[in-house]
Amino acid sequence: MTTSSKPVPKPTPETRPFWEGTAAGELRIQHCRACRRHYFYPRHRCPRCGSGDVEWVTASGRAKLYSYVINHRPGRGFEDDGPYAIAVVELEEGVRMMTNIVGTEITPENLVLDMPLHATFEDRGDVSVPLFTPAEDAR
Amino acid sequence: MNIVIAGAAETDEIGKLPGHSTLQLHLEAAENALEDAGLAHHDIDGIATVGTPGPVQVAHALGVTPSWVDGTGVGGSSFLFHVRHAAAAIRAGLCHTVLITHGESGRSRVGAPPFSRAPDSIPGQFEAPYGVLGPTTTFTIPALRYMKETGLTHEQLATVPVVQRRWANRNPRAMHRDLITVDDVLASRLVAYPFHLLECCLVTDGGGALVVTSQDRAEATGTAKPQVHLLGAGESVEAPMISQMEDLTTSKAFRLSSAAAFAEAGIEHADVDHLMVYDAFAHVPIFGLEDMGFVNRGEAGGFIAEGNTLPGGRLPMNTNGGGLSYTHTGMYGIFAILEAVRQLRGEAAAQVPDAELSVVLGNGGMFASAATLVLAGRRP
Repeated sequence: MTTSSKPVPKPTPETRPFWEGTAAGELRIQHCRACRRHYFYPRHRCPRCGSGDVEWVTASGRAKLYSYVINHRPGRGFEDDGPYAIAVVELEEGVRMMTNIVGTEITPENLVLDMPLHATFEDRGDVSVPLFTPAEDAR
Repeated sequence: MNIVIAGAAETDEIGKLPGHSTLQLHLEAAENALEDAGLAHHDIDGIATVGTPGPVQVAHALGVTPSWVDGTGVGGSSFLFHVRHAAAAIRAGLCHTVLITHGESGRSRVGAPPFSRAPDSIPGQFEAPYGVLGPTTTFTIPALRYMKETGLTHEQLATVPVVQRRWANRNPRAMHRDLITVDDVLASRLVAYPFHLLECCLVTDGGGALVVTSQDRAEATGTAKPQVHLLGAGESVEAPMISQMEDLTTSKAFRLSSAAAFAEAGIEHADVDHLMVYDAFAHVPIFGLEDMGFVNRGEAGGFIAEGNTLPGGRLPMNTNGGGLSYTHTGMYGIFAILEAVRQLRGEAAAQVPDAELSVVLGNGGMFASAATLVLAGRRP
């Protein structure tokens, strides 16, 4: 538990497996057995082929930086962070999600598109939020 | 059945209007559009509007009992959707004359709802935790990817507000009129890298309204101003969150809505005299020019920097000064339509000579939705 005032997501029935995953330090996403592709955000059916034959799998946590901004006007709970990166990352499994980049000084020079990242998790209240940090060694 | 815009007007003033509630902005714009059309309340049997306070309140306050209502709310593009839906409703005989209204106290926030996002909504779960603060922190994310893939430079991005200020400079109603340089833009404070303040739209108060009816009815009742003809329209949506766009460097809704509108109108790009592309941020007109097919991929930055969209250029764009310099209440789309109407009537502050065909592209909810209208001063 932390005292962060950052926004805390509130899971819904279809998203609960994702948030149970982050609480366990895992990034769980859905996989369609019919078209054999992953998808995100959580839904009961595959958005590509419409199949309901879908399963939850644990992603590797490896990703690359797809795009970002460095926000200079902080949102609630981010007042003490200094400029922070709001990013879209692409997981190794092919899906994209929004996140923050942490674990490095947030400058354009340090944040190079397509750089390798890996997932880390930040507790907020009862929920753990996935963040990404530069991978120690480029794969 | 041919459809026309028979009335079009803004509130008396736009900009900082702390003495106007959100509802009053709708009503003042509506009254002005009715007067512009030479019509009265009892001529209206259709109402379309978006956001606060909604079509029931607007209709009731105006004393109108509509037989057709559209509250489609897909962001700042909603008014373009309303025009297309109104045309379909009129053709289907559901109503004969539609009033579309917009009012937003975006700056003063009088009678305006608070910004909030339910923490159990999908964006509340998968965007809000990352410190997003409205469009400045989400709509802007595609830009760096686009720059990497096409080679667009920071200087070219900064050229967009510079060019649009040249138009605003000629428009007494524009909020910002002083000419600026690329250096001024790059020296303005960073809001969300790579975006500086001058690359982000204004936040203002104001309203606008349109009267849409059939050409036959407009001619039968007689209108005060020249009619503007709707030749084609298209609409589409993509993703509710920026992160879920298929490709951050191109808008599917821009492509699909413009293709539909061009096809219905039967026009080619070379036919277009005047273009409005909703410019919430500097990269949006760049996406618009490419996704609508006016230029090839990666060429829009150069196209703008070379002066093609300037006064006297071959594709005058955002001739009121746009959301970057003219006004931006929050849902700017109606102001883009209104400027196209003024240009086609020949009554714009910065008039494009012989503007006969105008295209308006509106985005909504960042890149979530888009609609395109093809408008003409006379029917070909």
